[in-house]
Amino acid sequence: MSPFNLAAINFVWLPILPLVVVTVAAMAVLLAGVRVDDSESEGLGLLTLASLAVAFVFTLGILGQYGVAFAGAISVDSFSAFFELVILIAAMFTVMMSLDYAAENRIPGAEYYSLLLFSVLGMMLMAAAGDLIVIFLGLETMSITVYVLAGIMRRNAKSNEAAIKYFLLGAFSTGFLLYGIALVYGATGTIKLGPIHDALASGAMGSNPLLLAGIGMMVIGFGFKVAAVPFHMWAPDVYEGAPTPVTAFMAVGVKLAAFAAFIRVFMVDFASVGAHWQTVLWVIAALTMTGGNLIAVVQTNIKRMLAYSAIAHAGYLLLGMAAGVRSGPAILYYLLGYTFTNLGAFSVVIALERRGEAGNQISDFRGLAARQPLLAGAMAIFLLSLTGVPPMAGFVGKFYIFSEALHQGYVGLVIIAVLNSVVSAYYYFYVLVAMYMQEGGVEVERLSARPALVAAVGLAALATILIGVYPQPYIASAANAFHSASGAEGSHSAALEP
Amino acid sequence: MPPFLYIFLGALAIVSALGVIVQRNPIHSLLALIATLMTVAVLFIGEDAVVVGFLQIIVYAGAIMVLFLFVIWLLNLQVETGPTGHLALKLFGSLTAALLATELFFILAPPHLQVKFTHEPVGYGSLASLAGKLFTDYLVAFEVTSVLLLAAVVGSVALARRLPGTDDPRAARKTAS
Amino acid sequence: MTTWYPVAVTLLVAGVIVGVMCTINMLIGPKRPGAIKSEAFECGNPPSGSAWGRFSVRFYLTAILFLIFDVEVIFLYPWAVELRYLGMFGFVEALIFIAILCVGLLYAWQRGALDWD
Repeated sequence: MSPFNLAAINFVWLPILPLVVVTVAAMAVLLAGVRVDDSESEGLGLLTLASLAVAFVFTLGILGQYGVAFAGAISVDSFSAFFELVILIAAMFTVMMSLDYAAENRIPGAEYYSLLLFSVLGMMLMAAAGDLIVIFLGLETMSITVYVLAGIMRRNAKSNEAAIKYFLLGAFSTGFLLYGIALVYGATGTIKLGPIHDALASGAMGSNPLLLAGIGMMVIGFGFKVAAVPFHMWAPDVYEGAPTPVTAFMAVGVKLAAFAAFIRVFMVDFASVGAHWQTVLWVIAALTMTGGNLIAVVQTNIKRMLAYSAIAHAGYLLLGMAAGVRSGPAILYYLLGYTFTNLGAFSVVIALERRGEAGNQISDFRGLAARQPLLAGAMAIFLLSLTGVPPMAGFVGKFYIFSEALHQGYVGLVIIAVLNSVVSAYYYFYVLVAMYMQEGGVEVERLSARPALVAAVGLAALATILIGVYPQPYIASAANAFHSASGAEGSHSAALEP
Repeated sequence: MPPFLYIFLGALAIVSALGVIVQRNPIHSLLALIATLMTVAVLFIGEDAVVVGFLQIIVYAGAIMVLFLFVIWLLNLQVETGPTGHLALKLFGSLTAALLATELFFILAPPHLQVKFTHEPVGYGSLASLAGKLFTDYLVAFEVTSVLLLAAVVGSVALARRLPGTDDPRAARKTAS
Repeated sequence: MTTWYPVAVTLLVAGVIVGVMCTINMLIGPKRPGAIKSEAFECGNPPSGSAWGRFSVRFYLTAILFLIFDVEVIFLYPWAVELRYLGMFGFVEALIFIAILCVGLLYAWQRGALDWD
């Protein structure tokens, strides 16, 4: 008799179509790119961009569907669709930033763009995972490719340093996550998220030591990936040394994917044992906000400054997680605004960069407003949004997260967060002052010859304003996405019909 | 597996694991690590997790240890002399060891603290049961693994291949002499 | 434990065959020792001297490519054993798995990662 129950696998192709498109595109770019000269990789970039756009369109089809596919391995809901869409947007921006950058710096196009696509696949899997194994495999696919991308400029010593540091600490942290997954599996007897949710919600677990140890290990594993203090040590060196488009991709894409899995596992499936981890996240959030902002103040390199700023923003997001399920929609909205703002800021950094190191110092921004008023204006928008000044997206996001946390009674944490926002204004405004009130700095060369980069800056600036000025539809879709993952637990593991 | 054999193999695994960290010569550490992995593999097989046991030998004791050897050669690691290790590293190591000891305590502790174990079904750990799960329930994970391996191929070639126009092939051939 | 008897028998037979062959070789094989022939064989490398020389990174690349395809074969092992139950479905599944990894092989080949010089 056949021991295999093939009927139990529900094949639903629509939800994994975007994943298939990205995988096939990665392989096509890889094989097509082998013969392409390193300085002529724009074509590969455009192919990558087009396939990401196709995947984006297919992902729209998941919106509104609800259930699990492939024997529970893939969650099909608006939550996964929301994160997949934002991840694809981040990837498209990264490609737009890379088109000229990769060719100018002679980065091998076949490897660069295919690794980027493989990384996107890993991120999307983390967002769409229905069991802990797929989360782990997604995380590994994402991480291994990003380690290599950080070191892809092999003749640059700093790029090499970034890769090795990221790899060693990242591999270590993955071990924590995997051990945590194993312990949770041991405690609950299942690896699938729906049954884990049900097992914990039934209350039979109590404070099972295996479960507690597992949750703790998973907090450490995810904490590394989102660069939360005290697991952030790698971030500044890696962000500084990696090629700038890769830095942007790490600061946004990796963070999105890690938060997608973190939120789904903790705020949805571990929600009923929230007492066990919310206090831990409270402490980590406070440390992360404070550590990131205080160290950012003394930075002179813009990429390091943005790295610490990214750490600080992870702190605000962790604040939302610590405050419990009600702030879920606010976290998703915040991540959306953060994505455009940070991508825009890094695009401006690339515009100022010339081959090698020049352009990465904050002092290089001096007098930018006089020479490039539009570029400086865009950078001002991004900096104001990062600070949280109305009417930018960053303001609405912060306001939304803080007010939800206040409703839950987390007054102390919100006070820490507001104080931190004040500190952050110092270093963001420092760049503004350099741009508008000082002289010197570097010349920006041939902006007209880099249309994709200019488009990235412009689109990011528009989106940052639009999401901030007219937030209702985005808040609504964030809320819809979060509730589709957490609501209606009864049908959480219902299999989709093909 | 009879208890005396279990205890014997367990003791052997612990002794060889200690060997990994007390050896000053990285090659000797590596050999001790292989001994540890082999012993653990035998333990796995004794507990009916046959596939895991064989994978342990084929993948870890075989392939991955060869890779370790290459890394030791590649980095030109020397025999450690003098005291090693950061204070922070030692602190962290002790902390992790303490955590693991706590975990062990909970598992071996008196009944009211004891973690409940579920008994595995008949045929658990066999190749057939693994295939039955891997190719149906974990179909997505199986296919993603191949993509992960492909990404690893691309990554390792991207980082280690000879760049055009650099690296005289004859310079590399001069190894130990 | 009875399932393990065939393994024990195999080990025994293997031991006997190897023992017999080595003994016969020792007894009747011709011996003409020389300085080079009595050195340990080390794949063409000088067998003695400092073991701490640097090795080319290409050894490493070869090793890691071997490892990756080794792991691939491990995944195919349960598939091969259970193929008759898995049928066409399992066949296509493994075909996709192998095809994806073949792209990796093709790429490594095209990039010259398999060439030594």
